[in-house]
Amino acid sequence: MNRSERTAQFTQKARAVSATVKTVATMDEALAHAVDVCAQKQACAILASGCEHALSDPAEELCGLKQWEKLIAAPNLKERDAQSLASLCRPAGIGLIQRGLAAYAGGIDVGLTLADFAISETGTLVINCPDEDLRLATMISEVHVAVLNAGDIYADSYDIADKLAAFFAKSDYTAFITGASRTADIERVLTLGVHGPLDLHVLIIDGQSSL
Amino acid sequence: MQTADNLGQYRKQLAEALENTFQRKALDNFAVAYRDGRDANFAGIDRDHLIESIGTAKDAAMARLDELFEEFCQKAGAAGAKVHFAGSDVEANEIISQIAAENNCSRIVKSKSMTAEETLLNHFLENRGYEVIETDLGEWIIQLRHEGPSHMVMPAIHLSRNEVSRLFSEVTGKQQDPDIEKLVKVARRELRQRFVSADMGISGANFAIAETGTLGIVSNEGNVRLVTTMPRVHVALVGIDKLIPTVSEALQVLKGLPRNATGQAITSYVTWITGANPSAASGSGRKIMHIVFLDNGRSALAKDPVFSQALRCVRCGACANVCPIYRLVGGHAYGHIYIGAIGLILTYFFHGRDKDKNLIENCLNCQACKQVCVAGIDLPRLIREVHTMVEHGGKKPVLSSLAGFVLKRRPLFHALLRSGRYAQKPVTGNTAYMRHLPQMFFRDHGFKDLPALAKKPFRDQWDPAPFSPARPEYRVALFSGCLQDFVYPEQLLSGLQLLAGGRIEVVFVRQQGCCGLPLYMLGEHEAAADLAAWNIGNMDPGDYDYILTFCASCGSHMKENYPHLLAKHPGAGVRARQFAEKVIDFSSFVMRMGLGEDQEARPEKTRAAYHAPCHLCRGMGVRQPPRDLLERAGYEYVAHGEEETCCGLGGTYSFKFPEISATILDKKLSAVAETRADILVTDCPGCVMQLRGGAKKQKRPFAVLHMAEAIAGKKP
Ligand code: SF4
Ligand code: SF4
Repeated sequence: MNRSERTAQFTQKARAVSATVKTVATMDEALAHAVDVCAQKQACAILASGCEHALSDPAEELCGLKQWEKLIAAPNLKERDAQSLASLCRPAGIGLIQRGLAAYAGGIDVGLTLADFAISETGTLVINCPDEDLRLATMISEVHVAVLNAGDIYADSYDIADKLAAFFAKSDYTAFITGASRTADIERVLTLGVHGPLDLHVLIIDGQSSL
Repeated sequence: MQTADNLGQYRKQLAEALENTFQRKALDNFAVAYRDGRDANFAGIDRDHLIESIGTAKDAAMARLDELFEEFCQKAGAAGAKVHFAGSDVEANEIISQIAAENNCSRIVKSKSMTAEETLLNHFLENRGYEVIETDLGEWIIQLRHEGPSHMVMPAIHLSRNEVSRLFSEVTGKQQDPDIEKLVKVARRELRQRFVSADMGISGANFAIAETGTLGIVSNEGNVRLVTTMPRVHVALVGIDKLIPTVSEALQVLKGLPRNATGQAITSYVTWITGANPSAASGSGRKIMHIVFLDNGRSALAKDPVFSQALRCVRCGACANVCPIYRLVGGHAYGHIYIGAIGLILTYFFHGRDKDKNLIENCLNCQACKQVCVAGIDLPRLIREVHTMVEHGGKKPVLSSLAGFVLKRRPLFHALLRSGRYAQKPVTGNTAYMRHLPQMFFRDHGFKDLPALAKKPFRDQWDPAPFSPARPEYRVALFSGCLQDFVYPEQLLSGLQLLAGGRIEVVFVRQQGCCGLPLYMLGEHEAAADLAAWNIGNMDPGDYDYILTFCASCGSHMKENYPHLLAKHPGAGVRARQFAEKVIDFSSFVMRMGLGEDQEARPEKTRAAYHAPCHLCRGMGVRQPPRDLLERAGYEYVAHGEEETCCGLGGTYSFKFPEISATILDKKLSAVAETRADILVTDCPGCVMQLRGGAKKQKRPFAVLHMAEAIAGKKP
């Protein structure tokens, strides 16, 4: 498989597990998309998912902890990109955090992260995240937006075995992420967004196609 | 969970499960959906090859567990994890409780772990005053209900949305609608605060990679990631059978596990954790990371020549998904903690003979589990082996005289009568019992009519003249099998018409005995081995081109089990293999020889449904020939979804568990009725007995025929 076939297969497989996949030309376009997603998230932006339901008192309290503004968490952006993102967030009235995510366990609207690799066979993102904030951004955000370089898409998990082994050579936390969090534990009915993101967006930067 | 003292109590538990209409419907839908979806789940993958490589990789790993453990300890230790070894379940629980105490933990969040279920970790910790919250949705639900899982992958499959909404209403103190989407969101919020306030997370693991000291954990909900991230302490409880040498091998298992479990190419999340990662909640800034390996008999199991393959299990749950008994009664009645086929085996080793003694009887030997196992475990064989141990209380079987008994009085049912639990007294040649099948010994068996013994057994009607060509092209030994010899000789006689006066010599060796399957099923392996040796001695594979049988059960037993039964007898194992190679079933034989092709086409099309005997389609791997044969014989073959589902006979099974047998039978007959078939055809006299008896009792509008009768155009 060549690069564009891998990209096509990744796109198809990720969509099959209800991820949103888009090709973007540049990082700036990706940042704008993330802000857009957050801005359009209006309807449920005020409440962390689940807060509209009747809950026990301690759970209600946690919902109350969430600040009443929309938040993007972007822990592993390059300094330049973080600044661009901040300048997009400000006019949109969106808060941006890069550190200390654990304090926002009640919910973050959008988590924007980079992905290290992807596996096209299964539509899987590979994110090396020993950094706790990066990890949390992919876990507690309601929408996870991941930016991926087309050149980092591999056909098969076996193709990245060496890279994984290299990650694992020291203390490490690596995540394979395929679609949004899901369960079928009640009557085998598929439901998205249990403990993790309700939605996954993958933005593929295809450097070649922009040439 | 198994609490029944005796088979009677266990049957009561089963009867209650059969009454549970919601569960029945849920499991039935699931069984059909799983079966129909499985091929698509493996699209683009060489499934057989994958299964074989997973089996090989796991076997190789189990052979060097000690080494892998050493390597893992060293690597994980260097990365900041503390590794523990627990010899027993109690020891594992003690270690974990100790870790909690040392680190002043009181609130624990947990992700799903069958190993923790095995050690009853929650009870242990709760008794010591810890708060333990399951965070997998299904596990949380059953924890709130104080139940165990009813499936290894879908622990709450037995519950309805109404039951869950009632439960959640209780827990939150607010009314909750039975709307699944909403209930899931309620769980999300309720559990999120538990993650925040927990000081310790307990997880299991699917892989423990020795070369890097890494744990691999699959999950869909994302709770595993929160359990292993938010609290300052992480304890992973891992069976030592999860040790695997390399990253690549873990990735290989990962290709099969989710596909076979839930039909996903991969789960939403796979989490790989090596050592102690940064943690804001921990004072030191690093996670306090402990890995507890549980042995609980596994290292000994790994060295066992027969049972080591049980450790290949990757807990995909598929062996329950396809089991016709699980489909009816669910996991609480079909397991103790581990459920399904693998549960019948592991319960004996992990939870003891007493918990397994009734369970182990509850298997039809239909082979459906074996065919679906992603690790290639020969589950039915291991079930039979455990059964033998349960029967003999671990003592060496001594009943070889039974073989002599069966040899002297060949009817199959003598073997049944010796199953002392059902016999009021030993039976020796009382003609009343000889004339009719021993139904008086089997209560609750009125769901089907039982046939009487034939007036004249096949052996008394056999005339070799038409089957002795001067220059035979093939020389075939006919293995009649007890049921056809003594109950259904007409099946043999009509089928043999196709061979009469032809180029094939048929030899019927009068000294042949019962194939031995009933004894094997009763756990009498030595007696079964004696019979195997007797039959092979009387029908030397060197003398014949084929050993032909019209009975799929005899056929698969001779083909599959003879080599195993005689493997340890010097020389005999080789002959058993040669013999097995030559065993062939009726349909395959007729197709291969091109027999009966010159038959006249049937004027009006008769609709023929087919029942694939377990021992034919899975046992002997014969699928297409009988269907082709029906078409070739001019029938309109009408397919149905339950073709390869067991008929519910399972040898003596239907006498031990009549209610389940009857329900399985009923399901089958209803599926056939839907096809508006005129006849139901099958390749095994046992299946004929079960299906014909049921169809007669229920006044079904179709006749049940053995293939031999169907293609010879004879109706009984
Ligand atoms: S052989 Fe059949 S009845 Fe027995 S455990 Fe396997 S699937 Fe179930
Ligand atoms: S025995 Fe095989 S099918 Fe059953 S759970 Fe284990 S791996 Fe899956």
